[in-house]
Amino acid sequence: MQFDPFVIPFNIGLNFILLYTVIRCVVWFRGLSRADKLRMQRGFFGTPFAQSLREIFLESLLHRKILKTNFRLGYMHMSLAFGWFLLIFFGTIEADVFGTRHLNAPYRAIFFRFFNPEHGRMGFESVYGFLMDLILAFVLSGLFLAIIKRFYSRIVGMKKTTRLKPSDKVALTALWLIFPSRLLAESFTCGAYGTGSFLTGTLGSWLASFLPAQQLAYPFWWLYSLSLGTFFILLPVTRYMHIPTELFLIFMRNSGIKTGDKTGSYSEVEVFSCSSCGICIDTCQLNTSAGITNIQSAYLMKAIRNNSNVAEIAHNCLMCGRCDQVCPVGIELSPIRMIQRRAGENDIAYKNTYKDYFRTRQITASEKPDISPVYNFLPEVNPDKADVLYFAGCMTHLTPSIKNSMVRILEASGLNYKFIDEDGGACCGRPLMLAGQDREARELINYNSQLIWKSGAQTLVTSCPICYKVFRESYYLDVEVLHHSQFIKNLIDEDIVKLNFLRKRVVYHTPCDLGRGSGVYNEPKEVLTHISRLEKSKFEDDKSLCCGGSLANMKIGSQKRSLIARDAAAELTRTSPDILATACPLCKKTFSSATTTRVADIAELVAEALIVSSVKRSTNKKIFSAKELAAIS
Amino acid sequence: MSKHVVVIGGGVAGLEAAGRLSREGLDVSLLEKDSITGGHLNRWFKLFPDRRDSSEVKDYLEGLTHANNVKLFTNVTIEKLNRDKDHFSVLTNDGKELIADAVVVATGFDLFKSSRKEEYGYGIYDNVITSADLEDMFRKGEITAADGTVPKKIGIVHCVGSRDEKAGNLYCSKLCCVTAVKQAIEIREHYPESTLFCFYMDMRMGGAYYEEMYREAQEVWSVNFIRGKVSEASETIDKKVVIKVEDTLAGRPLKMTLDLLILMAGMEMSEGGIKLAGLAGLKTGDNRFFEATDHHFGSNKSNVEGLFYAGTCTSPMNITETISHARAAVSEVVDYLKNS
Amino acid sequence: MEKFGFFISKGRQINYDSNDRSIAEYIYEREPSFRRCIECGGCSATCTTGSMTKFSLRELHILIKRGENDKVMESLKKCMLCGKCILVCPRGVNTRNIVVLAKQAFQKSAAYAI
Repeated sequence: MQFDPFVIPFNIGLNFILLYTVIRCVVWFRGLSRADKLRMQRGFFGTPFAQSLREIFLESLLHRKILKTNFRLGYMHMSLAFGWFLLIFFGTIEADVFGTRHLNAPYRAIFFRFFNPEHGRMGFESVYGFLMDLILAFVLSGLFLAIIKRFYSRIVGMKKTTRLKPSDKVALTALWLIFPSRLLAESFTCGAYGTGSFLTGTLGSWLASFLPAQQLAYPFWWLYSLSLGTFFILLPVTRYMHIPTELFLIFMRNSGIKTGDKTGSYSEVEVFSCSSCGICIDTCQLNTSAGITNIQSAYLMKAIRNNSNVAEIAHNCLMCGRCDQVCPVGIELSPIRMIQRRAGENDIAYKNTYKDYFRTRQITASEKPDISPVYNFLPEVNPDKADVLYFAGCMTHLTPSIKNSMVRILEASGLNYKFIDEDGGACCGRPLMLAGQDREARELINYNSQLIWKSGAQTLVTSCPICYKVFRESYYLDVEVLHHSQFIKNLIDEDIVKLNFLRKRVVYHTPCDLGRGSGVYNEPKEVLTHISRLEKSKFEDDKSLCCGGSLANMKIGSQKRSLIARDAAAELTRTSPDILATACPLCKKTFSSATTTRVADIAELVAEALIVSSVKRSTNKKIFSAKELAAIS
Repeated sequence: MSKHVVVIGGGVAGLEAAGRLSREGLDVSLLEKDSITGGHLNRWFKLFPDRRDSSEVKDYLEGLTHANNVKLFTNVTIEKLNRDKDHFSVLTNDGKELIADAVVVATGFDLFKSSRKEEYGYGIYDNVITSADLEDMFRKGEITAADGTVPKKIGIVHCVGSRDEKAGNLYCSKLCCVTAVKQAIEIREHYPESTLFCFYMDMRMGGAYYEEMYREAQEVWSVNFIRGKVSEASETIDKKVVIKVEDTLAGRPLKMTLDLLILMAGMEMSEGGIKLAGLAGLKTGDNRFFEATDHHFGSNKSNVEGLFYAGTCTSPMNITETISHARAAVSEVVDYLKNS
Repeated sequence: MEKFGFFISKGRQINYDSNDRSIAEYIYEREPSFRRCIECGGCSATCTTGSMTKFSLRELHILIKRGENDKVMESLKKCMLCGKCILVCPRGVNTRNIVVLAKQAFQKSAAYAI
């Protein structure tokens, strides 16, 4: 009979966690909207399933994305995850092939050496034993790194590591004990029987030379089983829940489910899939420049899981989106943060019913009782008809050089344009949205929309990426929305304006809301290449830094902002360019006081490069709208 | 052989210190980065509070140095400044090395670059000028808008680059308020038909006869004072300047169209001073000015023995204070050389 | 005596002894830059809402600080949070957070329940 009482803790733990995971997944699935349920069902029988398996192998086991960003950290995650997987995989085969019978219970594979101490003396058996030892060594090397990381995070190339709660600590200790206890248990057994390969065999015979190996092996098998059992039982209340959850997340994501703007199963699965690897903490400029180390996405996910003070964390963020780019699990961190901002401080985000193991779904913020309009003082405007509307945006009014340059460029284009907020207009609504006040924002959106409809324009040009993002995402407009960099790009392509070459070395800073926020990366760079010598920085495209001026952060003061601005400006001007170019009034204003290098918006440089003869076109009555131009070309 | 003192900076403080040190029987070299001495005096036309001609002060200061055989080096900048044992070695850009027993730093101030406050439109709008630009006009004897016409409605913005975290300067430059009052009176004298508006956060008239000038400006010259910080300026099609401000005492926002807007640029640590601080390892404060060893009884002393400060390189000062500070530096140098 | 006091409190004076400054305290604690305001009016000058309505951030600051809280909440709602005031403020006051905190304080305080 291959059974021993010491396997009981392991068996209980394993059965518990399997059952728990299945129930949890069923609950999550049932929480999905009808459409998302259908998406998942369809995904399960289609290509998304294959994609998911591939992704699970590459990301959950090999941790390819972490390997790319930080090799040592990636190796640590890979050796633990992939190593453990291999140990189980080959262990099962070992038990199946060399065991007394086929199709064994899991514990027979896990504790194979205990039940087959004589195994592995010669031939193929010893080769297989060598393989198993090699895998164990692989896992142990990762564990070694993990222990070092916990105490000296810099050694694995991390500046900060996540802080732990008590249940995490117990689970972590259990996790740390699993592999060393396996090593010792196997070694003692091998030492007693004179078996084992290069690791367990060598260590075993050495230990047996001065210790009673036969007697000592048994307690270590108990320790091995206990640590496994403890780890499995504690898993649901610790961050290690991410191990089963991430698999489910991958299936959901590949089926086409998105985070959305309210809490739902998907966002909850995302929150539980965070492994607290800490890559977001190292990427966050609030950490690296301003020394704020308790608000990063990993902490937000943890706070949501633990139902602790979420509001303070949720609002203290630049929303630059750098962490979304680097998250190895692919969690949509910014949308989740926005959900928390909308929920507000007073609403209970989660309701726990039975400790941490069972919890009801999030109660979304109740509708605000006050629905009377607050911006009804905005005057009714009847704008002149125009083909192109120019909406400078609030910030642009404080950077008149951008505003004036855009007016010069629009004049030069000869297009029938109208400067709609020349005397200051209503805000676009995005700042309110970023503060979680969607209903108020909607009022401003409706107001501006009417203004735009009434003008009959086909094109709306804005100088502010903040406005641009909200115009595109949250307005229902029948116009083509362009950031001025895209508009200028069109003017150049259509040969409507002629530009000189400025003979200046320029580094371009991609504004967060234009780049990561709206996916506009190339047009500004193409415009700059047209008029200057554009040089690369270390922070191109989606790696771009935040200037620190972001309106999304309500909590940090001016000193912290200038710390971020100075660091970012210093990085960008490392090659001493003549000009630090950007495409956002707020970035310009923030950088201007942070560096001695000239900071200029793309519009300013283009206005400088305008060839005077092309300015004469403004008297030319031939008018093209951007749509007509598109039709011609 | 008499001891040798190098004075860096040929403005008010430098000239006064050099002349006085020389009169004490010391061998003095005065280094000036420009081709002429006098510093900011060359740009200012009339001085507050008595509105005397700035050339009178300049003549006095230059007379003092000439009479006392100060060795003057113009167009000179410092490349190295080291202290070896008991003397200094000063290396200049033209390759000269001066060995000195003591050094007086009188690098003065720079005017705040008003284009850094972009919302005021200096360098963008034609009719936005600075207090220094206005002094140039006074010297020429004609005050005009960009198109050559006579400006009728003129605004003066106080605290441009002073008391402003966004400009990086938390301190008060102390002299802009009185300069604004002086310039407002001068414009009114020149064009009695003009209307003047001063936009201030606080009126800081803390010098002899300053407050009296303020009264005179109100009573005799009908200058209007509006309490509020101008937030931004814009330009109309006919190149007039529109400013936005809150009339904080009326509690309502105010919009005004002006023919000319004058920015009272504040004082900042000079670029030359910052460079020198790096070269000689001199301590600077949070306000970037040189930090003297003691506010009360060591305001001329630096963290390097034998090197002393004179004038506005340590904080904003008017001419009276600058000259006094320079004289104090002279007495510190004399004391130091006597004891070394 | 009590009657007499009642009449005085109806007068124009700011009754600093009895006014409720808990809203101000709530903000001071969470946003210390609230104390730095020098009432220059830069924020109100640039404010879009302020150019169309009686809304004045500067005035609201001082009213909250003096405990003159009546009608402040009504006014606060008009803010669009656009952030121009932050860019203008010479004292680096985190104006938007003050608006948000003030709203929060009013909502939490039973005395101003709406």
